[in-house]
Amino acid sequence: MGCFVIRAEWVKFRTVRGWVIAVVVAAAVVAGFGIAGGDQGTCYGNSCAQLTGPSGVAVSDSFYFVHQTIGDGVLTARVRSLTSAVPLPHAGMQRAVVPWAKAGIIVKASLTAGSPYAAIMVTGSHGVRMQDDFTGDVAGPAVSPTPAWLRLVRTGATITGYASADGVRWTRVAAVTVPGLSGRVQAGLFVTSPQYTQTSMGVASISGEPSQSTAVFSQVALSARGTRTGPWAGTSVGGPSVGGYSRDGGDFTITGSGDIAPVTYGPSGIGATLAQTLGGVFVALVILAIVAAMFVTAEYRRGLIRVTLAASPRRGRVLAAKAFVTGAVAFAAGLAGTAVAVLAGQRVLRDHGVYLPPVTAVTQARVIVGTAAVIAVCAVLAVAIGTLARRGAAAVAAVIALIVAPYVLTVPIPVLPLAAADWLMRLTPAAAFAVEQTVTQYPQVDEVYAPAYGYFPLPPWAGFAVLCAWALAALAIGYVAFTRRDA
Amino acid sequence: MRQALRAEWAKMRSSYWLLVALVCVTLAVSAVTIGTARWSLGGDPARLSLAGVYLGQAVAALAGVLAIGGEYGTGMISVTLAAIPRRGRLLAAKTLVLAGPVLAASALVAGACLLAGGLILPGHGFTAGHGFDLASPAMWRAACCAALYLTLVAVLGLGVTTAVRDPAAATGAVLGLLYLFPLVALFAGHSLQRRLEQIGPMSAGIDSLATQPGLPLSPWPGLGVVALWAAGALIVAAYVLRTRDA
Repeated sequence: MGCFVIRAEWVKFRTVRGWVIAVVVAAAVVAGFGIAGGDQGTCYGNSCAQLTGPSGVAVSDSFYFVHQTIGDGVLTARVRSLTSAVPLPHAGMQRAVVPWAKAGIIVKASLTAGSPYAAIMVTGSHGVRMQDDFTGDVAGPAVSPTPAWLRLVRTGATITGYASADGVRWTRVAAVTVPGLSGRVQAGLFVTSPQYTQTSMGVASISGEPSQSTAVFSQVALSARGTRTGPWAGTSVGGPSVGGYSRDGGDFTITGSGDIAPVTYGPSGIGATLAQTLGGVFVALVILAIVAAMFVTAEYRRGLIRVTLAASPRRGRVLAAKAFVTGAVAFAAGLAGTAVAVLAGQRVLRDHGVYLPPVTAVTQARVIVGTAAVIAVCAVLAVAIGTLARRGAAAVAAVIALIVAPYVLTVPIPVLPLAAADWLMRLTPAAAFAVEQTVTQYPQVDEVYAPAYGYFPLPPWAGFAVLCAWALAALAIGYVAFTRRDA
Repeated sequence: MRQALRAEWAKMRSSYWLLVALVCVTLAVSAVTIGTARWSLGGDPARLSLAGVYLGQAVAALAGVLAIGGEYGTGMISVTLAAIPRRGRLLAAKTLVLAGPVLAASALVAGACLLAGGLILPGHGFTAGHGFDLASPAMWRAACCAALYLTLVAVLGLGVTTAVRDPAAATGAVLGLLYLFPLVALFAGHSLQRRLEQIGPMSAGIDSLATQPGLPLSPWPGLGVVALWAAGALIVAAYVLRTRDA
């Protein structure tokens, strides 16, 4: 029986030539936008290849390092002060608080950027932290950040970090196992200071140069087991040699700039994300919303609905069959479009010299299938609203106002403040665009995590669930109205 | 002509709720942006106060679509054309009875938004001391542009619907024209982006609400682009209405 209704609805759909053409056009638009590429970049070959950390994620790794070679051992230091300066457009370097400026002690496999490490540090305004291999981050005890005592104990691949306010009573922060730290390692003091980000109206203005920080260390003590402690040497790890150090008796004054952290793709980042290949999705959404709404409203217009309901009087089944046929057609068209757009589009972008951060095959599949599912559920939403309103114009306007308009107001024209834009991307069906997210937010990196840069407030499938909730609610209300009302 | 106007006015009166929606939607969005704006976050006080236009335009477009779309939906158009056989005159009458009330409602809401901005924004740092003058002629020009922009969008909706003859397709086409241009521009790459933002009716119209320089178009040319779109849609509509069966 259910099969019969679905078949009847499918016949109605495929026999209207205009709708079939519209569906094909929608798929072609999605694919076409992807292939057209658009952006031009300057990254050819490996010129923009990013440094990758031990776990394969792209990282930045530049800092000033005062170090010596050790085996196992204990390194203790007191950070007396940490001061930072940021470059302002017309005022040169100005003193400021850089929240993630870092000064502390580090054990690193080698002086090569990107090599494994574990470190304990004081930060500009996030207290004491213990971090390892770029993505690990543990908050330390609530001691006043400067002056603070820090200690790292290295035993093979296990590094244990301690912090103290007075150098007498120590609190264990964390013990981490860093597989890459074997044999002889570099241990010492480091200072680094990331790029300075300022937010305004969802658009970030960012100064081109990173900030600079200076820290004063005293009471530096190294006891290495089995090896003699040698002289200290200063090295600027990774990138341009900003910074340096001076020594006055037992005091080290170190200036550094850069960051030891995973790369984020905000206004300071480079390149584009996979979502850049999916611009045609919005056009397809509008086209399919029109077709889906008309699939219902055209029956009312021509009086066909009375014939339909005479043939299958159970109205819930009719609505379900219409939703199923529309969803299936939209999903198939969407999938054809997004598969071509993502797979061919990223090749085109790379050929044009646009840098795309590496994305796993699983994530690519999620973006392709997820976006097709978003298109399908939007079409079902249009069917539901069309059933409820019985007017095509209202259904199309509602779908566009619910899913396209919030995206337009937060991404290409960031008119709303960041907080309001975030809520819009949580509550409206536009939250579903989170399935296109391919970049990770890190609490330990200051960045403008805005939808405009590919960061959505909800995780991919949670965002999709928001859209599904809207569609289900609309279907439920549409069902009640459909069964209670005269045709 | 007077009879045509009177007949159309009688039909139009029943959709006053769209004008109420236009005022409410515009005011609501503007209230949120005014309430959350801070001087330190930057922004143009006129565009912040009139941010409701971003969503209000969808209602204005819908008013334009439904001004004639409903008649195509029900077959009423045949009766209308029997009563007013001069099709150009019919379109002119529809345009006038649509544009008049929409202009009045838009002017009302634009004035209200500006007033709300003028009262609240100084408390958020948009003061004369920081170089803002919320009673300057430029602010009033922005309000005029907002009212005219919303009216032109409604006329654009009427024109497109008359040409397409289907309310659902027309809604998709008009809202697509408005909202998709900036999106397509975003994905088209930097070289094309500025050009598309100058051509697109929404970005051009929004440029006309500015009191600070640095946008692709200055206010009056921006509004001119929108007027060209509306006029173009009306010309196509008039041609189609005259040459085609209803």
